[in-house]
Amino acid sequence: MTKSEVKLLGAWPSPFVMRARIALNIKSVSYEFLEETFQPKSQLLLDSNPVYKKVPVLINQDKPICESLIIVQYVDDVWSSGPSILPSEPYDRAIARFWATYLDDKWYPTLRSVRGAKGEDERKKLIKEVGEGLTLLEDALNKISRGKDFFGGDQIGYLDIAFGCFLGWLRVTESLTGVKLLDQVKTPCLAKWAERFCAHGAVKDVMPQTEKLVEFAKMLMAKMAASTPN
Amino acid sequence: MAANGEEVKLLGVAASTFVCRVQLGLNLKGVEYKFVEQDLENKSEELLKYNPIHKKVPVLVHNERPISESLVILEYIDDTWKVNPFLPAEPYQRAMARFWAKFIDDKVLLASWTSVFSNDEKEREKNIRESDEALKFLEDELKGKFFGGEEIGFVDIAAVYIAFWVPLIQDIGGLQLLTNEKFPKLYNWSQEFLNHPIVKETMPPRDPLFAFFKARYDNLIASE
Repeated sequence: MTKSEVKLLGAWPSPFVMRARIALNIKSVSYEFLEETFQPKSQLLLDSNPVYKKVPVLINQDKPICESLIIVQYVDDVWSSGPSILPSEPYDRAIARFWATYLDDKWYPTLRSVRGAKGEDERKKLIKEVGEGLTLLEDALNKISRGKDFFGGDQIGYLDIAFGCFLGWLRVTESLTGVKLLDQVKTPCLAKWAERFCAHGAVKDVMPQTEKLVEFAKMLMAKMAASTPN
Repeated sequence: MAANGEEVKLLGVAASTFVCRVQLGLNLKGVEYKFVEQDLENKSEELLKYNPIHKKVPVLVHNERPISESLVILEYIDDTWKVNPFLPAEPYQRAMARFWAKFIDDKVLLASWTSVFSNDEKEREKNIRESDEALKFLEDELKGKFFGGEEIGFVDIAAVYIAFWVPLIQDIGGLQLLTNEKFPKLYNWSQEFLNHPIVKETMPPRDPLFAFFKARYDNLIASE
């Protein structure tokens, strides 16, 4: 497959884009990364994702696929000779999908809302919820990994990708609030898993540096403050 | 216990479209199961044990192992019982089926529901517009008899809400969310879908459901 047949439309700060990149890396797929301009959204984005107008969009032989977890499963289905991303057993797959849904529907939205919290009380409440979620995930890791390095076992899999992509933004939140959320004391297994995940060959080149993300977050917050009427 | 020694239980309630998806999934595959009706005002120990995180229905329990989240359950059913597959075999078609099923959850459900069940007129109007936009995407997407082609598939099952719940709630709210005039293909699809023998036998009785939602609606509007 020639390089230009597989394109990924994305943005470097996006954890969802990172999921697609990790999946492609696991399968050693050559692809062209197109950094989306936003403001305004590119014609390619509007044409290839008319429903949501969001990144990531994977374009394979001119066919667009949207929604990060759907892209990850698609990559697993198409490049089936590479290492498997989804677990092989139906029940393990269901558990991985359940937690990925939990992360997208509950945990990450809570993490995001910490930055926009109005007042210390709300911030504290949200931080507590993020922490409670991490405790659930620590438990899940213990059960699912069965003593191995990753949720996926010896290799990173679907749930590692679904969760690991948020580590950058988790660290941003820790940096901005001064609260350590993922650490050796509260979540020892997750802390070790996070280090291993970030060091993994398929991840390290696509995980943005925390300092850069913090700068980016501060810029976003400044923009929001500027556009919010007093 | 089913003939082959499998034990399949579904924790659910008749009013829930999410539970209905799972019932459809099991019935379309001919899987025998026990339906355990839940009282959501007074959650059972079994529900809390099998879905401690969300404490919601549906929960499918297969040989004592619980699975929650309706679309996750449907994928599990498709993975486990190979007869009458819901998802296409071809990767791109599979991705599209997953996309549209998720679209229904993200864009159709809340908008259409809030068009009716909100005591804020502005909010209702905004949601009617969003519901129209979302249904238009599905109208354009529908190419054959069903979203799954000649047979009912993953998206059709996910869309049971549109076929059965939307007509019900639009009557309650005096709205025209899904009509033959607005969305002829989608409307036609809903008729074909509801007439399918297995779908027909799976749907909950309409009148008690109507009464249940009407009572909620009346309460809500009284507080406007």
